[in-house]
Amino acid sequence: MLTGNGMIRLEKRPQPSKKWTSITPFLAVLATMFVGGIMFWALGQDPIEAIRIIFWDPLFNPQFASYARPQILVKAGPLVLIALGLSLGFRANIWNIGAEGQYIIGAICGAGVGLAFYPSEGWFIFPLMVIAGALGGFLWAMIPAILKIKFNTNEILVSLMLVYVAEKILVSVSLGLMRNPEGGGFPGSRNLQYYKAASNPELISGTGMHWGVLVAIALTCLTYIMLTKHILGFQIKISGQSNKAARFSGTNPSIITAICLGVSGALAGLAGLFEVSGPSGQISIDFNVGYGFTAIIVAFLGRLNPFGILLAGLLMALTYIGGELAQFMLGLPAAAIQAFQGMLLFFLLAGDILTNYRPKFTYKKRL
Amino acid sequence: MSSSSLLEINGITKSYPGVIANEDVKFTIKTGEIHALLGENGAGKSTLVKTIYGLVKPDKGLMKLNGNLYSPNEPRDARTCGVAMVFQHFSLFNALTVAENIALGMESPPSIDRLSNKIETISIEYGLPINPEKMVGSLSAGEQQRVEIIRCLLQNPKLLIMDEPTSVLTPNEIKTLFNTLKKLKSEGTSILYISHKLEDIRSICDTATILRGGKNVGTCDPKKENVRNIAEMMIGETIKIPKKKSTISKLVALEVDCLNWVPRDSSQKQLKNISFKLLKGEILGIGGVAGNGQDELTEILSGEVLSNKNTIRLFDNPIGDIGVNKRRLLGLLTAPEERLGHAAIPDMDLIENTNLTAHTRENLVKKSGIVDWEKTHELAKNIIKEFDVRTPNAKVAAGSLSGGNLQKFVIGREVLQKPLVFIVNQPTWGVDAAAASSIRQAILDLASTGSAVIIISQDLDELLELTDNFMAINSGEMSQKINTQGLTVDEIGLMIGGTGAYWKRHD
Repeated sequence: MLTGNGMIRLEKRPQPSKKWTSITPFLAVLATMFVGGIMFWALGQDPIEAIRIIFWDPLFNPQFASYARPQILVKAGPLVLIALGLSLGFRANIWNIGAEGQYIIGAICGAGVGLAFYPSEGWFIFPLMVIAGALGGFLWAMIPAILKIKFNTNEILVSLMLVYVAEKILVSVSLGLMRNPEGGGFPGSRNLQYYKAASNPELISGTGMHWGVLVAIALTCLTYIMLTKHILGFQIKISGQSNKAARFSGTNPSIITAICLGVSGALAGLAGLFEVSGPSGQISIDFNVGYGFTAIIVAFLGRLNPFGILLAGLLMALTYIGGELAQFMLGLPAAAIQAFQGMLLFFLLAGDILTNYRPKFTYKKRL
Repeated sequence: MSSSSLLEINGITKSYPGVIANEDVKFTIKTGEIHALLGENGAGKSTLVKTIYGLVKPDKGLMKLNGNLYSPNEPRDARTCGVAMVFQHFSLFNALTVAENIALGMESPPSIDRLSNKIETISIEYGLPINPEKMVGSLSAGEQQRVEIIRCLLQNPKLLIMDEPTSVLTPNEIKTLFNTLKKLKSEGTSILYISHKLEDIRSICDTATILRGGKNVGTCDPKKENVRNIAEMMIGETIKIPKKKSTISKLVALEVDCLNWVPRDSSQKQLKNISFKLLKGEILGIGGVAGNGQDELTEILSGEVLSNKNTIRLFDNPIGDIGVNKRRLLGLLTAPEERLGHAAIPDMDLIENTNLTAHTRENLVKKSGIVDWEKTHELAKNIIKEFDVRTPNAKVAAGSLSGGNLQKFVIGREVLQKPLVFIVNQPTWGVDAAAASSIRQAILDLASTGSAVIIISQDLDELLELTDNFMAINSGEMSQKINTQGLTVDEIGLMIGGTGAYWKRHD
């Protein structure tokens, strides 16, 4: 594309185009549908039908919608919650890749507090669990934060490695400390759905709406206000642009690092707590399903903009549910669905070129 | 020396949405001449130079190199045809050595040892002393420029383009550079020399082409014209010479007492035993070769780097241990040298960039932490108006402004906050003559209202023109403070070299 005598030349824009910043996510979705359709066709399926099953049926097919619609909120809740936190850091050039670990630790701490009170009832138990969940995720994220501030370690590596540590801890507590004493020796904790004071139930039956979804929506608005109106949001943005300029503006880079990692950890911990006390119900070996990693895609798909993230979280949840449906209806392999989701991020990042460069078509006369 | 033409530029036109950068530009560079390209910011110099170097394609017009049609699609084509360029902003990696940096830009680099030998040969031949094994990060701006020049010379260019080459150099370094350019010229290499320093152009260029508003408004022999005429041709109006009104009082505004500072990494300079007093209404000039501790001193004075409480006193308040924003509240403001990425953020608009340094002193943030963007916008508009920043509006990214306009914005942003003490590092670095003269006038006006000003600069003429007193900085130490009046460029040259009567070493 960048050849000197080729057809298309890219000319750098004097400033990133706002128009293209908002258009590229939609283009990416269309491109994913198109190339994904080709992939499904290559797998021997009718591409139009496959795309319809993924994007349309979960929402509007009367046969599936009653099950699938609430599931979209259930899946979007944690994705949005985690992605909101991550987006702060990504704006400031602080890369928390370990939200999955913070999600696990948040769930363990929150569930641990709930189980400690078992079987007593009390209104204060659930709020206490919420605090414990957020705190657990926060502290787990402060490990890379402190190491970065004190020793200038790379937070990408440290936070990612801590995911594996958290997974080991999850296995250990599922088999030991938190195992259900009345569970007949099976791994996994008591099911919190049956312990009223510690459960996060569906608030309106048939919607999938639970406390986590409400918190995610509320935090979307709050994050938006913080980023556009509050000095902290401004400081986060300038830290991501230039450390030198940020310091000149009186911003302490260590504090921004701690805030970004801490907040994203706390939100991931919250997501874990709402999941363990709600849809999942118990701490078990396979409690985590990759929300912490998928949330990275959600954050970028939403252009690091809180409302963008809300939409992106819903879209991502839709591809999850639709993907499951396609597996079930068409027998598509799970890997094809993951490739499909991966394409989305790929096209989005590729589309970024249009925000920073303007394509110029040049025609070279053949001699 | 032959007088055949090397590069003919004929009717080059290039327009961008809303602006015509070049309009029917016509001139010829002869073989073996030093040809100056002069013009204000926005006159279309860089677009034209980028066209010659293959970074921009013209809409209309032709170029001929040695009589053959020349239309480079990219810099590589230009280099193959023997056109090389030294940019104003260097593209070097600090963490690599000189030789490694040069190897990076080559199509098929020889081994580092062979290359190092070649670099040494060229550096001796052309009088550009440089050690190929040194880390680029530890070099001064002048030395970094030599790396860029050597990189070009390795390609045996027929035409060497130099963009504002002397803006970072000391008088001695300028002499060295000019000797190199004269040697190149005598070997038949043509040089396209872009500068706003008319004295430089008069002393070494054979021909000057003047651009204004994208058009060629004249070609002349700069040695035969007087400086003022050329400058007025550039701007198209008469130039005001900055006027100075001295109002120095006896009150000490800023006092630095035995400042000793040891850097944490080796790319920075240690500061040794710096002491001076700055009076209210005084303009103090600090001159020196780049990389002798100016940036470190600026950051310590601004509060980006903290020192001992009592080493810095502002109107007798110890401020050494408090940060930038608290110092701003007390009235000490700074404009650092690096415009992009330090004084301003290129990808953010001018409103956000106004908030960057003005939020405390101008109360742009409410107690709740909510930013008052409307008030910030008003202030930004005010800066643009008062300081004649040429931009469509305040919502434009800082990086899209020309150097001179951005510098006017940066200086204006601080001056409008009415500093009691204003520290400015390289106020007119790479800025065109008209913008430079308005910035200088703004600094003089500020001082005449009673503010104390420190100008750190490598432009000695600027220091002689503006300052009341002068100190030299060399290897992190500073000379005694002396009255600028009566000083000559030669005396200053000695002082910034670290010798002469005004040095008391504290070894």
